[in-house]
Amino acid sequence: MDAFLHQVLAGLATGGIYASLALALVMIYQSTHLVNFAQGEMAMFATYFAWSLINAGVPYWPAFFLTVIFAFVLGVVIERVVIRPVENAPVLAVVVVFIALLVILNSVTGWIFSYTIKTFPSPFPAEPIFGKYMSAHEAGAIGVTLVVLTLLYLFFRYTPLGLAMRAAAQNPDSARLVGIRVGWMLALGWGLAAAIGGIAGMMVAPIVYLDPNMMGGILLYAFAAALVGGIDSPGGAVLGGFMVGVLENVLGAFVIGNELKLVVALVLIIGVLTVKPSGFFGKVFVTRV
Amino acid sequence: MTRRQLIPIAILLLVACALPLVVSNYRVFQFNLVLVYAIALLGLNILTGYNGQISLGHGAFYAIGAYCAAILMDKYGVPYWATLPVAAVVCLVVGFLFGLPALRLEGLYLALATFALGVSLPHLLKYHHLEKWTGGVQGIVIAKPDPPFGLPINADQWLYYFTLAVAILMFLLAWNLLRGRVGRALVAIRDNHIATEAMGVNNAMFKSLAFGVSAMYTGVAGALGAIAIQYVAPDSFNIFVSIVFLVGIVIGGLASISGAIYGALFIQFVPNIADEISKAAPWAIFGIFLIGFVYLMPMGIAGAVRMGLARLQRKAQNK
Amino acid sequence: MAALLEVADMHAAYGPTRVLHGISFSMQEGTITTLLGANGAGKTTTLRALCAMVKTRGEIRFAGQRIDGRATEDIVRLGVAHVPDGRGTFVNLTTEENLRLGAYVRKDRGGIDADLERVFGYFPRLKERRAQQAGTLSGGEQQMLAVSRALMLRPRLMLLDEPSFGLAPLIVKELFGILRTVNQKEKVSMLVVEQNAAMALDLADHAYLIETGRVVLSGTAADIKRDDNVRRSYLGY
Repeated sequence: MDAFLHQVLAGLATGGIYASLALALVMIYQSTHLVNFAQGEMAMFATYFAWSLINAGVPYWPAFFLTVIFAFVLGVVIERVVIRPVENAPVLAVVVVFIALLVILNSVTGWIFSYTIKTFPSPFPAEPIFGKYMSAHEAGAIGVTLVVLTLLYLFFRYTPLGLAMRAAAQNPDSARLVGIRVGWMLALGWGLAAAIGGIAGMMVAPIVYLDPNMMGGILLYAFAAALVGGIDSPGGAVLGGFMVGVLENVLGAFVIGNELKLVVALVLIIGVLTVKPSGFFGKVFVTRV
Repeated sequence: MTRRQLIPIAILLLVACALPLVVSNYRVFQFNLVLVYAIALLGLNILTGYNGQISLGHGAFYAIGAYCAAILMDKYGVPYWATLPVAAVVCLVVGFLFGLPALRLEGLYLALATFALGVSLPHLLKYHHLEKWTGGVQGIVIAKPDPPFGLPINADQWLYYFTLAVAILMFLLAWNLLRGRVGRALVAIRDNHIATEAMGVNNAMFKSLAFGVSAMYTGVAGALGAIAIQYVAPDSFNIFVSIVFLVGIVIGGLASISGAIYGALFIQFVPNIADEISKAAPWAIFGIFLIGFVYLMPMGIAGAVRMGLARLQRKAQNK
Repeated sequence: MAALLEVADMHAAYGPTRVLHGISFSMQEGTITTLLGANGAGKTTTLRALCAMVKTRGEIRFAGQRIDGRATEDIVRLGVAHVPDGRGTFVNLTTEENLRLGAYVRKDRGGIDADLERVFGYFPRLKERRAQQAGTLSGGEQQMLAVSRALMLRPRLMLLDEPSFGLAPLIVKELFGILRTVNQKEKVSMLVVEQNAAMALDLADHAYLIETGRVVLSGTAADIKRDDNVRRSYLGY
């Protein structure tokens, strides 16, 4: 029972990270109907930025906030420069551009920082706090995730800019008719998504260590989470993230062993896409002929 | 095929045959891999270029074919040439089966599902319960086959000719398939699947078959690759293999048979040159070329060649 | 007095299909003008062209400034509110959120709240449904919402695309009555595209008839209403 509880709680911690990345994916999907394959690499790149700041002597939390700003700007720039030209291009072109982005970010990181694995510090104390159930970092990661998600919710629900972004995502034509600059709303969305990804990266790096390929598997879990929750439902993505985290840990520890954990993600993805593509909370889309 | 088209192909074949006799052994090995990649790229092109189904997971089929060859040769002593049909059938079936649920997925969703396949396959290969077949993390080493009938060429050259023969066969097969009814159906489904459905074309069958045949080609390539490299291990079949194949068909030219050859040359030799600069450089270059080609040369090298030739023809006619 | 809106020789096309072949007309401030014509004549395209939602050639002047070639978002900021064909409701947002979006470009918080109350005054049913998801409103209510959203801009010019479409005659009467009030009390000029010529001519001061992308008739609404020949051959009643 102890071990089970520990797995569940650890699963919630990683689940929070999946939830954040899944949310970033859904935000971009909602406004552009595109799946950002490069989301993981953007998060990883931001985390390396944080590492270099910390390495240069900047204390943790200032480095954290500087990285969030850096990631935000990175997201905006990528949307304006790389994605905008192919916004209305055929699907294959868009996928290729995303993959190219993934590959460039990955290799540039390896170039600048080399491929040797690095440690990344955690701002939380090293001793476990809830007895043997959860480390302080895991609890802290859940806390940070919840804070970020709450702030985002408040932003979208109660601020005019958040409202405008939702409007631009749902109905760009009508949004233009009330004067919203839809192009910039998209860029902002990307910036926010990148910032969330960066935070997720900084929370997960102390656990999996910093390495250019660290986000591959995590991105897959985030995809699974976003699909399970409904690719156009932010709430669903968050719930899906926590579910996938717990499922991964529990299955990995007690049923199939740790090696096949990623295959769980694969099965989830294919399963959801075949059986219920709109996920638990998403809407079903009908294509007009 | 017109006489005009036959001439460059004949020249190409002549060059291909003469190659091992004039270059070093290491180069022969590299060109062998070019042929292997060309077959793999042809496979991916059938699915993605001609039929419009995006696959970011073809590395998985390449791996399955490779492991088929390695396991059969290492554990069961099957001769190298006999592993090819087995790899072909296994991948045809696996590809077809994967293609069935994939029928309901379009564009990005299919890309996502195949991406997941590509990322998770190495983990399946490392699974300790399968270790006695797959060799686990260390993989399997296989022996290089000797040239038969005591021919006066070395093993590398023999392997090259063997691969060349298989490649010619598979290219002919594909060319025949794609220029006929099947090819037209695949392209029509890609361009407007609702219309083809309304016209009575069995979309489901064609799409699943496309997946199966495409996987088969890439699987055979995988087997040939394993035999050439003499080694298979899970970490050599990660997502980046799938991405390299994508790079190959985009740069070589989508929906083009010659594109497979241009693409194969690109993905084999560019990293060799780029490696000199840095370990990371090949991928950065791939990424930049990908974006560049999407924006500037969406038809790939094959398309550019075709346009260039057409322009030359027009000039000759206008004189 | 310079016209509020002047359109000179406007051409518009959707890709290769040319729809407008040199439309010219003008509007004075404070008036209601209606564009009449059959389906496919180019009325909706005219409104969309004014808002730069379709590619145009030709001159468009609003309050003396050239607006052809400028982006939709900028034209809105000059005080042009467009109530589109199909209403353009943000169906997943609440009624109140829809209305507040109408005032997106404005900076005066107090004024926005006051205008919200004013709009609820015109359309009490919207106030009842302020927290409801806009997609669940009836057709008539969504039309009221669309008009109200445009009013939240405090526009100088309102463009309305077939506001009577799909509405019961009684509701149309009510709606047009409110439009008339808004025009008189708040001096909002209106350009109304309509297929329902009878009701439009009752509402408007001036009318233009568009046929296959060209203006074929113009005059005061009263004159056109009185002219039996015109009514029978062009307007069908």
